[in-house]
Amino acid sequence: MKRVSIGRVAINIGILILAFFILGPIVWLAVHAFASDWKYPNLYPSGISFHWWSKVFLDSALATAIRNSLIISPIVVVISMIICLPAAYAAGRLNYPGRKTFMVGIFSANSFPKIGLFAAIATLYYALNLMGTFLGVVIVQLLGTIIYMTWIPAAAFAAVPRNLEEAARDAGASKFRVFRTITLRLAMPGILVAIVMSFLASFDEAQGSYLVGAPSIYTMPTEMYSLVQNYPIQVAAVFSILLAIPSVLLLSLARKHIMGGQLAEGFQLK
Amino acid sequence: MKKESDEMGLELRGLKKILGGRVIIDDLDLRVEQGEMISLLGPSGCGKTTTLRMIAGFLTADAGQIMLAGKDVTQLGPDKRPSAMVFQNYALWPHMSAAKNVAYPLKIKGLSKVEINEKVEAALELVKLLHHKDSRPGQISGGEQQRVALARALVQEPDVLLLDEPLSNLDAKLREKVREDIRELQRRLGITTVIVTHDQEEALSISDRVAVMNSGRIEQFSSPQDLYRHPATEYVATFIGSLNRFEGELVDGQIRSGEGIVGIRPEDLVIAQNYIEGSHQGTVELVIPRGHFYEIVVRRHDGLFRAFMNENVPALGESVHVGIKKSLRYHNGKLVA
Repeated sequence: MKRVSIGRVAINIGILILAFFILGPIVWLAVHAFASDWKYPNLYPSGISFHWWSKVFLDSALATAIRNSLIISPIVVVISMIICLPAAYAAGRLNYPGRKTFMVGIFSANSFPKIGLFAAIATLYYALNLMGTFLGVVIVQLLGTIIYMTWIPAAAFAAVPRNLEEAARDAGASKFRVFRTITLRLAMPGILVAIVMSFLASFDEAQGSYLVGAPSIYTMPTEMYSLVQNYPIQVAAVFSILLAIPSVLLLSLARKHIMGGQLAEGFQLK
Repeated sequence: MKKESDEMGLELRGLKKILGGRVIIDDLDLRVEQGEMISLLGPSGCGKTTTLRMIAGFLTADAGQIMLAGKDVTQLGPDKRPSAMVFQNYALWPHMSAAKNVAYPLKIKGLSKVEINEKVEAALELVKLLHHKDSRPGQISGGEQQRVALARALVQEPDVLLLDEPLSNLDAKLREKVREDIRELQRRLGITTVIVTHDQEEALSISDRVAVMNSGRIEQFSSPQDLYRHPATEYVATFIGSLNRFEGELVDGQIRSGEGIVGIRPEDLVIAQNYIEGSHQGTVELVIPRGHFYEIVVRRHDGLFRAFMNENVPALGESVHVGIKKSLRYHNGKLVA
């Protein structure tokens, strides 16, 4: 009995330490975002204020960055779906020569430092006049989403039991109808996860977007670079919180759809 | 669902299937009467599932012809065939309720909402699951899932119903009940039915006729009684029921060395305390209680004999007489009349 309780205490302490490391910086950010001033000798912030928030929203450069991010990321995700989902289906369901090489190739392309890739892309972009363009940034962010949009849906498509499709064929459904009503529906949790991951990958992408987009196109993460250097620390705190909102929102939405309800049941097959 | 009586419910002609360079089904012929219930029985790998999947259309035949209710369907896809299948693991769609599962084939046919509702409720009523119509497959038991799968098949009003190992995922108690339910339903609806099973008891108890399969061929296709009493091949004789099998010939009630095989069903042996005509003496080596009967093994000078007894069961080591009432003779695997 005693051993169990000692173990529990240890686990709880561990959780507390973990929580401190995860939540500590977020709390620090939140306090800075809402405090009028909070400097070293003072134990508490000197007051609550929305001064820094209005500063962010009234700053035209920051507002443009927010707008760019909110436009570019959904476009990237949609294009990524159009390109990658058919490839994912093929990789997950069809057996063609070079299938493994293709999948491993996508994976290994992501295992090298990206900055080298971006430098090469930059030279290509100069030749194609894509430097500092909207399309250029979209393409660079697209590259980072490919691994999520192929690997995760490929596994989801592969996991759909074949006899569920056969049963639908037997019931009189055409191949396309089977795909639409059975295969796609059952692979949906995986596709949702891929959409969330791709959106976050695109939304948070800074290296490539900065190299290709600056100085004409700034997104929220690339704007952070100049923010940290040129604005008071509180503005960066506000911006960080803004940057985190889509991630938190998407993850909680996806969690509800993936973990709960019928889609989760889809994978409890014997 | 009325068909002319001279029309076959299902007919396979010279069916052949090669998978991965191996001949799985070789020149298979099968004629099933309209409204008949038959089993394809055999060990795993005998080709029974392959045959069923070819009838359903999931596999294409490499040669031969498949006729369903008088219609050649050999070239048709599974969606165009008048057959409906109940899968071994039921293959219900987990994201749809029981009613939605059953409604799926009707929606494809383009029936009106009212019609679909009526038919779905009737089908679920038929399998006594109307109270579960809004449950998802994950929320009901295996037996109930199977009934939903059956309703989904029956609602299509198929010419031929295909059942793939329908009882193998149910526990022993439920199995007998479901077996009777399926049989009763099949008789009432008069629907031509093919069951694939590896369980001989299941096949013999549920079917009008049983096709015993062995390495891609049908060894014998007859009524359960015929199959047991007059097995056409040595394979069928040993596969169906118990058999005392000896190499040699039966002469004067004894096994003598010779060509061929002698097979004797346990109930065709007479065990007695004293000599009866044609019997020979032996010693009881084993007595196994089997519930309502005993299985006993007697060693005679010409071999071991296994018999079933209800009364006057001899004790272990006792000396008894063993007589042979009836025997089967096989030469090169075939029955010798």
